[in-house]
Amino acid sequence: MGDAGAEADFDTAFNLTETIGNARMNKCVSAADAMSVIESGMTIGIGGWGPRRKPMALVRELLRSDVRDLTVVAYGGADVGLLCAAGKVRKVVYAFVSLDFMPLEPGFRKARETGSVDVREIDEGMMLLGLRAAAWGSPYIPTRIGLGTDVITRNPDLQLVDSPYDDKEWVAMPALNLDVSLLHATRGDARGVCEIASPDHYMDDWFARAAKKTVVSVDELVPSDYFHNADVARRVYWERNLTSHIVHISGGAHPSSSDPLYGYDVKHYKEYAAALAEGGYDRWSEAYLGDSESSYQSNVGGLEAIQTLPLPVY
Amino acid sequence: MTFSLAELMVCAASRSFENEGEVLATGIGLLPRLAASLAMRTSNPDMMMTDSQSFMLSTPNPVSGMASHSGQANENWMGFARIFDNVWSGARHALVGPSQIDRFGQTNIAALGGSYEAPKVQLLGVRGFPGNSISHANSFFVPKHSTRVFVTGECDVVCSIGYNPERLPRGYTFDDIDIRRVITDLCVMDFNGPNKQMRVVSLNPGVPLSEVLDNTGFEVAVAPNVAETPAPSAEQLALIAELDPLNLRSKQLKDNPPGVRNPN
Repeated sequence: MGDAGAEADFDTAFNLTETIGNARMNKCVSAADAMSVIESGMTIGIGGWGPRRKPMALVRELLRSDVRDLTVVAYGGADVGLLCAAGKVRKVVYAFVSLDFMPLEPGFRKARETGSVDVREIDEGMMLLGLRAAAWGSPYIPTRIGLGTDVITRNPDLQLVDSPYDDKEWVAMPALNLDVSLLHATRGDARGVCEIASPDHYMDDWFARAAKKTVVSVDELVPSDYFHNADVARRVYWERNLTSHIVHISGGAHPSSSDPLYGYDVKHYKEYAAALAEGGYDRWSEAYLGDSESSYQSNVGGLEAIQTLPLPVY
Repeated sequence: MTFSLAELMVCAASRSFENEGEVLATGIGLLPRLAASLAMRTSNPDMMMTDSQSFMLSTPNPVSGMASHSGQANENWMGFARIFDNVWSGARHALVGPSQIDRFGQTNIAALGGSYEAPKVQLLGVRGFPGNSISHANSFFVPKHSTRVFVTGECDVVCSIGYNPERLPRGYTFDDIDIRRVITDLCVMDFNGPNKQMRVVSLNPGVPLSEVLDNTGFEVAVAPNVAETPAPSAEQLALIAELDPLNLRSKQLKDNPPGVRNPN
């Protein structure tokens, strides 16, 4: 860049403090700005697993938006349940939707039992293969999984193929190409380097690789030199060029867990289930959603209460 | 020596893991997990087990009363993606509790009744059952043996492959499917009847064969010498108590019945 003035403007515009050489990217945005990448009709992936490390603050921002007709791919919990209950979802690609301690997820259950969403129900491992196929640019990955079950009969678009190497039939698990993935990480820096300090990062790395854009909410925003520690750098499961936006929201996984920082909120999940049972999605949203994450957090007892939720023991 | 029906079932289920060596045993639910843990502490010390979260353990965690995962006997990190690598290798035996089991050994945990598009009751979804069933050994744990579980027709949603000739994939034989045992509150069964028919192997103490047959929605074979399901040993009961210090096992079966049924 020859024009020093333009470069200074660039730095100012992106709120950068580092001015040596060319400016580094700053991917930090508000939840509302990050969610503007999602349009009606898109296919979105949501990381985490059941009630664990879900990007719930980003999901709540979607609930506040007018986006609809989404196809949602997830190891589902209340993320899927809320989006279904709010009428945001056209189709769910899932192996389960469950809150573990509460096996049947109330929002998803109602959506299924009223036939209000289309489904592609696949095996947990098939979902991983579909994400890998998308990440690798393969149209499909051959697998035994699903043979002999209703995964095949209930998904007529799922093709069986011959192998050039044996006489068996194989399931061609198609790529699960995602427009946007939403993930929640423990910590991240402004360039999109993300640490998952939890016991398991689940399939979040594959959700990032399978998507055109990935938005990551983080409990803590850290300077880049935080990652100089080799043990921390080993907890980075995808490269920063896969992270499109970083949204810093302490407590942003609530009511799911963000181990090691806080556990999942059994009390709120029960309140959520009760609200849906009594008055549907509107009852829950009027009581809890609020017009921003800070109003949501005060509606569920405040950030300090979230951050002191005990870690689950299995 | 008295023992509960839950303890009898745990001991019966733990025998499913005997002589397997270095196989990952996964018991889903408190009693199945207790059964796998008991096997690792007795008949199969080489067995592999996780902490139900993300680490392989060299000795199983208790199923109750644990305050934290710190200090547990970790062997290696074993996140869920890596669990699938193990599943697809075949070196695993899962002990699971399906909502429905049919005469082919096919099972259902996904949904009940209604139509597929709008089931009467949405359950969990197929979860990992399709992949488990075509990759490795599986056994089933049934707390309440009834025709609601052992259904007359096919399962409402077939989540796992069984011994069903109509659904057998091209290039496969029944030898590619490995369903081991079914442990219920009435009996223990396997699939070694004619043409892989479900077969009664032992009856729980005080249970007549007729009760099993009446509560199963399809015909089952009966082993030539139907035994009584063995009572737990003192060593087994002591280990069960150690693995479940809060006695959560007593809350798993309705009214926590005794292991030997009262004659009445």
